[in-house]
This record gives sequence, structure tokens and C-alpha cells, in this order.
Amino acid sequence: MYDVLIIGSGGAGLSAALAARDTGAKVAVLGKNYPTRSQTSMAQGGINAALGHVTPDSVQSHIADTLKSADTLGDEKRISRLCEKGPDAMKWLDRLGTPFSRLEDGRVAQRRLGGAAAARACYAQDYTGLKILHTLYDNTLKSEVEFLDEYFLLNFIVEESRVLGVTAIEMKSGEVKAIGAKSIVIASGGYSGLYRGFTTNSVATTGDGIAAAIRAGCVLGDMEFIQFHPTALEKSGILISESARGAGGKLLDGAGERFVDELKPRDVVAKAIWEKIESGESVYLDIRHLGEEFIEENLPQERKLARFYEGVDPVKDLIPIKPVAHYTMGGIEVDESHMSAVDGLFAAGECANAHVHGANRLGGNSLLETIVFGREAGENAAAFAKAHGEVKPASSEQFEKDRNFVAAIGHFTNQIDFYEKREFMGKIFYRNVGIIRNEMGLKGVLSVIRQMQKELPFMGIADKSKECNTNLTDFIEFGNMVELAEVVLIAAIGRNESRGAHQREDFPKKDDEKFAGVHSLAWKEAGTLCNEFKGLA
Amino acid sequence: MKIRIRRYHAMRKPSSVVQEWEIPDGLTLLEALAWIKEKKDPTLTFRSGCRSSVCGSCSVRVNGKERLACGYKPKEGDLVEPIRFAPILKDLMVDQKAAFDTLKRAKTWLESFRSDAVVTPKEEKRTELQSDCILCHSCYSACPVYESDAQFLGPFALTRDWRYIADPREGEPMGKIEAIQAKGVWDCTLCGECTAVCPQGIDPKSDILMLRTKSVQSGYNDPNMEQFGSFGLDF
Ligand SMILES: Cc1cc2nc3c(=O)[nH]c(=O)nc-3n(C[C@H](O)[C@H](O)[C@H](O)COP(=O)(O)OP(=O)(O)OC[C@H]3O[C@@H](n4cnc5c(N)ncnc54)[C@H](O)[C@@H]3O)c2cc1C
Ligand code: SF4
Ligand code: SF4
Ligand code: FES
Repeated sequence: MYDVLIIGSGGAGLSAALAARDTGAKVAVLGKNYPTRSQTSMAQGGINAALGHVTPDSVQSHIADTLKSADTLGDEKRISRLCEKGPDAMKWLDRLGTPFSRLEDGRVAQRRLGGAAAARACYAQDYTGLKILHTLYDNTLKSEVEFLDEYFLLNFIVEESRVLGVTAIEMKSGEVKAIGAKSIVIASGGYSGLYRGFTTNSVATTGDGIAAAIRAGCVLGDMEFIQFHPTALEKSGILISESARGAGGKLLDGAGERFVDELKPRDVVAKAIWEKIESGESVYLDIRHLGEEFIEENLPQERKLARFYEGVDPVKDLIPIKPVAHYTMGGIEVDESHMSAVDGLFAAGECANAHVHGANRLGGNSLLETIVFGREAGENAAAFAKAHGEVKPASSEQFEKDRNFVAAIGHFTNQIDFYEKREFMGKIFYRNVGIIRNEMGLKGVLSVIRQMQKELPFMGIADKSKECNTNLTDFIEFGNMVELAEVVLIAAIGRNESRGAHQREDFPKKDDEKFAGVHSLAWKEAGTLCNEFKGLA
Repeated sequence: MKIRIRRYHAMRKPSSVVQEWEIPDGLTLLEALAWIKEKKDPTLTFRSGCRSSVCGSCSVRVNGKERLACGYKPKEGDLVEPIRFAPILKDLMVDQKAAFDTLKRAKTWLESFRSDAVVTPKEEKRTELQSDCILCHSCYSACPVYESDAQFLGPFALTRDWRYIADPREGEPMGKIEAIQAKGVWDCTLCGECTAVCPQGIDPKSDILMLRTKSVQSGYNDPNMEQFGSFGLDF
């Protein structure tokens, strides 16, 4: 029996683990990958904190930028707390030994990212996420956090609206296990994986924790808000960082003409690129004029990626690009203490909707959220465990259901290939639930998704072995994706306006009268999906 | 294009076979493996994550050399195998627990923070490369000492110790230095195999040399030299 069980070992999960451990709690972290393989390792740009090391900056200005980008869907109180705790989070990371890039006088270096009034993002070369994640991991080893590595979360065990544990597959043996805990923090990452083939994200970002949360009685919010990054490599969706445009990179259309101010916010640039691509043109990023010497010195990573993954050398070639899904603002609704609608079940990081990103996330704010809110959630979960103590589940129903389900998947008829369906879902999501949406497209995709839900029992797996069955976990991930796809679609269909990352062709204007400050909510009642726009006039 | 993959499954007989696959041109090896899994044989088992050489999930051996599958373009006839010196779980997936556990034994963390330390860019650059490590385990698969002695701390754990020992913020480096005396810096043969395979260009061998110097400065001796020392006196 753990005091605090954490699901996911990215920036949010490990921060929560360290904070919970600091209170003396017995803490374990469960993850489907080894901790250092979490998507957090991929973050390049930086982590925001109003330190003002390079240009004048203030917490007030950080709050103002974040609120503006959230576009009425941010909660001022929580944004203020996040920004106020930024400098303290940096101090904490420094104490743990994170190797940030430095200024001559030894202070942490900062650079400017899109949408920020100051150079606010602290970084470690192009490896900010990698170095933060590995430093957190080293510290969890020091403080004796336990790890359940390569355990795949299936469901939460909930009785009388209190969480009592989880069910998970131990991948090495293939056994389904029930693991008890007095409190749980979900830190399982986002759901950009719905756009498979059209995302910068890791292949593991399939929204499993969020899907398990809605099944367990949690409420999901703002699921229609998905941020697209303007410049990913055309073939692979691998990110080419904003710094290429910051350094003077130009965007060119098929005719070799510029068509947008490259330094506009992400959603504006992404939309302009999308319109070109929709009209059948290709779009390129051009940094040739910067010269080989400059590129080698300042954008070596971008050159390496373009050469290897796209087969072009940016010193002499144009880089073919497309905008792809990058960050999911929506997630598990949590209160001020990061607790969901289920007692003892907390959430932090990209899987949570803590109302700090609203309609659009600012670059550098998500890493900050993983650290600040991850730690808060860990502390609060430990306090909850202490206050409420241990409750043994009255029945083993959830465990038996999940064990039987996993065993049954092996007998599904496998007449329909789910890998094909997964690829198809990525494509139609990208085209219709992407940068520009309209009712017809969204409803078309919804009917396809509902059909897929019905077809799931006719899909199945070819790998019948118990041990390390990634065919099985791929299939369960796909089930989670289908579950979340419906939630995203219903919210996107209902929001008849354009705001932040949600742009409707048929409702091109922002409708503040109706939708300002209105959050889409979704939950399940007796297995049926329910939804509401909270506060809609 | 054809590539060959060594498959392994404990329950099958024989448990290990080499299979040949026709794959489309232009893919990375990781994309090729995913293509086989999704289109041809869903039982093919391997790890993946970032697809961009930063999460360290996908190391394999190609024609006997460690590679990140996502950072390698296959060539005609390539033989793809799992990395070595760890129990194979299935196909290209090996059990990495024991190798990860060397970190804890080597105490790879900042033991005590010095608040008066100033980290200049020069100081930070000293261990910038070492902290680029993605824990892909390629170096363990290449290390002849790790092959013969599973208790050997191994290249990435030692590199990581150096990264913290050389950090001006470390106030108590001695615990780490002590932890690497047995089954650590003196067991390494300085063969450089780890350095040759690291996808991040890290040089664990040099870091081990630095750690040896640091150990001697801290009053530890090369246990192998002691024998020679007594021999020398007799001479
Ligand atoms: C290419 C790229 C660049 C980025 N750059 C930046 C940046 O510069 N600045 C910034 O602020 N943000 C950036 N982001 C966003 C940021 O990296 C993420 O929002 C953040 O890392 C999310 O962290 P997390 O801890 O919430 O989740 P993750 O790091 O995604 O971790 C999720 C964890 O949950 C586990 N998990 C998932 N499902 C299951 C399951 N079924 N069972 C068990 N475990 C499970 C996984 O194993 C993993 O450990 C970037 C994102 C990408 C993709
Ligand atoms: S030192 Fe290099 S080869 Fe070894 S784990 Fe780190 S990145 Fe991989
Ligand atoms: S140099 Fe040392 S650590 Fe590296 S492979 Fe050789 S014996 Fe192993
Ligand atoms: S998939 Fe991450 S390193 Fe290859």
C-alpha cells in the first residue's frame, strides 16, 4: 500500500514524486516507459520564469502574457500562482543540479519565445526538457522513490467516489495487477497522439490517463483546444524549433513568395500555412540566406534534423514543412488543490486542465506547469493520504473486469486491422479537427469515430503471447484514443466560435457574448458520455 | 530493400531466428520496424518514443554496432539485433533494469548543494556534453568489462558521476568517489568501445580517466598498481 502512487514519470510525475517524498510519504511512480524516456525529454525551447536576467521582466508581465494568450479561458488566480512560483521553481531545479545554460556572471541564461514580452525562457541548450527530466530522475533515486517501470495503466479503482488504487499490466510478465494507494497523482501526458502521423509528440502520447480518468468519474475540460506548431518537418512531423524563424528564417509558398509575418503567434502562422497547404501548395522554411557559418553555430540541431529526417540541407535547400499537433490544452478538470472530481485522485502536467493555458498555451509555460503544479499535486496528495488513511477496496470487481478484458482481447476476432484505423484516424483528425474546422467535417469524423467504437470487438491482436505484448498495449492505447476522440469532437462541434487554437470556418469570429470564460466539460454517467458548456448563456 | 531481424521468443523453438523483410526505401530503421509491425507482423517487439534521437528508447545493434533505430537509415542486407549484455525479453526488447540500477549504486546525483557556487558558462560547458546523455544503454552493450562482470558500474553511470563531481554546486563529492572504487573506475580497461558507439558523442572513457585522477587526489589508489608497487620494492 503506497501513500502516494504517481502515474507517469515525465516532468510532472517526477516533480510530484519528489514533493510527496519530501513529506516522508511512501511513494511509487508507475509508467509505461522507463522514466527518462518520457516525452518531457523532447522539450527544447525552455521553461518560463520571470527572472529578468537578460531583459527587464516581472511576474506581472508573465501573468499578463499568459492571461492574454488564454483568451478568457485562463483562471487569473491560478495563473498568478503559477507565474509567482516560477522563480522559486527555478531555484529548486538549480538546487537539484539541473545544468542550465548560463550568463557570464553565473546566472541562468534566458531567451525570448513567442508571445512573451521578455526573454523569459530558461534553457539548457536545445535540451531543456532532457536535462530537467534526467536531473529529476537522479534525485528520485537519491530520495528512494520506488518505480514500477513498464507498467501500463488500465483503470483506476474507485469506490464511493474515492480512489483506492489502479489496475495495470506489468508488461514484462503480461500479468494484470491491482496496486493499492491512499492517493494518486495522474501525470500521464497529453493526447496529441490522436493526430498520429501529424504530431511532434512521442508515440506514447495517447491520452491513456485522461481516458482512464473519465471512465473513473472525472470531468474533462476544454478538450477542443489543441495547439498546432507551425513548423514541423513535412515527412515525419518532427519539430523544427521556433528559433529558426526567430533568427530570420522565412516561410515561402510554392511560388517562392513570402505570405505571412513569420514572427506572429503560433496559431496565426499555423493558419496561414494551413491555408496554403489546403490550396494544394507546398510550404517551405528558408534559412539559406543566414549562411552556413551562422547555421552551424546557432541552428545545428535544426540542420541535423532536416538532413536526416527530410533529406535536405538547409544551407542550400528549402525545408519542406507542415503545421502539426503539438500540445493539448484540455484535460482532467482539477480544483485549486489539483484534485479531480474523484476524492484522492489528483492530476498535474499536460494531462490536467488547471486553467492556466486556456485557449492557447505559451511556449515555456508547460514545463513550468509540470514543475510547479506537479510539486503542489504531490504535496497535496501526500496530505490527503495522511488525513484520510487507508481504505481497502470492498470488492475486486475492477481488477477482475480488467483481467478478464485483457484475457478476452486475445480472443477478439481481429477481422479489422486497428493499425490501419489508427492511421486513418490521424489523417481525418488532422484534416477536419485540425487548424481550421467546420461543422460538417467535425460531424463526419464523429460518425466515423462512433463506428470505430462499435467495431472495436472486431478488431484485436495477432500477438497472443503474454510477455511484452506491445501489440496488446497498442490496441488498448487505440481504445483510449477512440474514447477521447469523441470527447474532443463533441466539444469542438459545440463551440460555435473561433478562439485561440479552436478556429471554425463557419464561425470565424470570437463570440465573447456567448463563449467568453465558458469551458466545455465532459463526463460519463453509467457509461454514457455527457457534456455541457459551463455558463453558456 | 531487404533487412534481416533477429527475433527472440522464449517459448518458441528455436527461441532465436533471423527473419528477412522487404521494406520500403527512405525510412529510418525505427519507421521500418513500425512499418513491419503495423503492416506485416504485429508480433514484432521493440521500444520507441520520441522518433528524434532524444529519448533513448530504441537502441539496437546493426551489423554488430549499436545504433538508435530512429537515427539510422537501413542499408541492403543489414542485420538488426537487440543490444547485448542484458537478458532479451522479446525480439529487440531487452531487460534494462540492471543497467539502470547502476545509477543508484554510483550515487549519480548532487549530494549537497553549495549555495555560494558560481556556475559560469565555462564551468557549465565542462560537463555540458556529459549531461547530453540520453541513457540509451548503447555503451553498456559495447563494454567488454560489463560483459564479463555484471556488477561493473559501466560507462553511463560513471560519466554521470563525473558530471556531478565536476559541478561547482556539489558540496560533498566524496560519496560518489567512494562509490566508484570497487567495480568502477579501476575495472575499466580504457578500451574506448563505449566512446565509439555513443550516439551523443559522449566520451565515457575520458570521464573515467578524470575520475581516476580525482580518486587519486582524494587519497584512493589503483588497486592493480599496489601489487606492482610491492613487486617494485623487491626489485
Ligand atoms: C517536441 C516538443 C517540444 C516541446 N518543447 C517545449 C518547451 O520548450 N517548453 C515547454 O514548456 N514545453 C514544451 N513542450 C511541451 C512539454 O514538453 C510537455 O507538455 C510536458 O513535457 C508534459 O510533461 P508531463 O510530465 O505532463 O507528461 P509526459 O512527459 O508526456 O509524461 C507522461 C508520462 O505518462 C506515462 N504514461 C502515459 N500513459 C501511460 C499508461 N497507460 N500507463 C502508465 N504510464 C503512462 C508515460 O510513460 C510518461 O512517463 C514540448 C513538447 C514537444 C513534443
Ligand atoms: S553515454 Fe552515450 S551511449 Fe551511453 S547511455 Fe549515454 S548517450 Fe547512450
Ligand atoms: S572504456 Fe571502460 S567503460 Fe568504456 S567500454 Fe571500455 S571498459 Fe567499458
Ligand atoms: S525513439 Fe527516442 S531515441 Fe529513438
